Amino acid sequence: MTRLLRLSVLPGLAACLLALAGTAVSAEEHKKPAAVTEISKDMVQVPKPPFTEGIFPCSMCHDPKAMPPNTKRRVLKDMHTEISLHHGPDSRWCLDCHDAYNRDNLHLANGKLVSFNTSYQLCGQCHGDKLRDWRVGVHGKRTGSWNGEKQYLLCVHCHNPHSPHFKPLKPMPPPTRPEAIQIKNGGAK
Amino acid sequence: MDQDACQPTPGAPCPSGENNGRREFLGAAVAAVATALTGCGTLSKEEFLQHNFRELSKEEVLTVIERLEKEYKEKFGREVKVANTPPMPGVMFGYALDLSRCIGCRRCVHACVKENNQSRDPEIQWIRVLEMDKEEGVDLQHAEQYYNPAEVPREGHFYMPVQCQQCKKPPCVKVCPVGATWREKDGIVVVDYNWCIGCRYCMAACPYGARHFNWGDPHLPSKDVNPDTHYLGNRPRPKGVVEKCTFCVQRTRKGRYTACVEVCPTGSRKFGNLLDKESEIRYVLENKRVFKFKEDLNTQPNFFYFYGV
Repeated sequence: MTRLLRLSVLPGLAACLLALAGTAVSAEEHKKPAAVTEISKDMVQVPKPPFTEGIFPCSMCHDPKAMPPNTKRRVLKDMHTEISLHHGPDSRWCLDCHDAYNRDNLHLANGKLVSFNTSYQLCGQCHGDKLRDWRVGVHGKRTGSWNGEKQYLLCVHCHNPHSPHFKPLKPMPPPTRPEAIQIKNGGAK
Repeated sequence: MDQDACQPTPGAPCPSGENNGRREFLGAAVAAVATALTGCGTLSKEEFLQHNFRELSKEEVLTVIERLEKEYKEKFGREVKVANTPPMPGVMFGYALDLSRCIGCRRCVHACVKENNQSRDPEIQWIRVLEMDKEEGVDLQHAEQYYNPAEVPREGHFYMPVQCQQCKKPPCVKVCPVGATWREKDGIVVVDYNWCIGCRYCMAACPYGARHFNWGDPHLPSKDVNPDTHYLGNRPRPKGVVEKCTFCVQRTRKGRYTACVEVCPTGSRKFGNLLDKESEIRYVLENKRVFKFKEDLNTQPNFFYFYGV
């Protein structure tokens, strides 16, 4: 129930905040390289987010002076046309998660900036149960040591944030049927 | 011992005149008998005389390992390390598999083969992924292991990988007539491939189909050998012995995750210490809906299936 509420409130909230964003967010906050402050100490850092090559930092193109942000809700026609958003309600759009004035960051529903390296905070706003499981190592893949250092992955390593449903895979070959095993030199080779 | 072997007794001088004559003669005789009994000349005298792994002293284990490493080097032309890492105290391994996430892609099956030096032709696989009907639930009457669509998961199906369940009451151990298989202190059921006589009683006893037999000489190309092995785990096997999943004993006793856990693209596989309250596996058991496969048989698996959603 709360999740549903949040979902519906989120775009509205974000829109309000966008108007304020320029002033509301402290400049220092997003300058800090977002280390893994959120996760408890024994968890290790997450690998870099899987950006398409040459796309980050976003501010390379999104220079606020050369290209003032257009906060009008619309379907993008000129750039980023390869992204089709299949995530949540139809009304959701880019600037609900991406920050219009701090392009190299994302923002939470309350306007707090979040680096791409800790994007799980953003995902966890709606998917709180998954975030909880992820923290304890039950949602998502772990590699490394069962009794020591573990490597975590960000949500976006497995789920495309614009289309998060896990994509089908080609299965690896099935076992050989017993009758198909070749007998060679008086025994199975 | 060597001096005793050829103690001249009155009226019966040492026949060879050398002090190790009888010993050598006995050794050769035993080797000849071994060759005759096994029907092949590949078994060395030392191998024939080797005792059950659990009865070996520390020194004997080291000798055996040294011999094996030499044999593997000759066979594969590269260094193969055979470890003898004992169970860690205070550790009982447990495994949990998330049925709500597994998509049946078989990455685990093949990662396991690569890690554990199974025969490649015919390929022995320790993990069997069953495709089941969502309408039927976990029902072996509606399970298919040879599925091969272009993409998984298939509509209306779910996937259930089955491997050794590392039972607390393993029927396979109970039936072994020679004690070549047993449950270790950390809960892993292992096989001494040098003590196994290949009777396959354990395969008949296992309700999970988790044991596999080397009908022929395991065909393992040397480029595919994983040189990081354990005596009770993934060291190359001879013909005529049974093998099974060991929770990657060569990795897990050093603190690493198993190969199947690390390769799973959906993160369905969870592994850890059941005695550690902070472990992932304990979180699963305490917070998720969990079941044991064929629980009614009272094999008491340390392998659990759960629904993560």
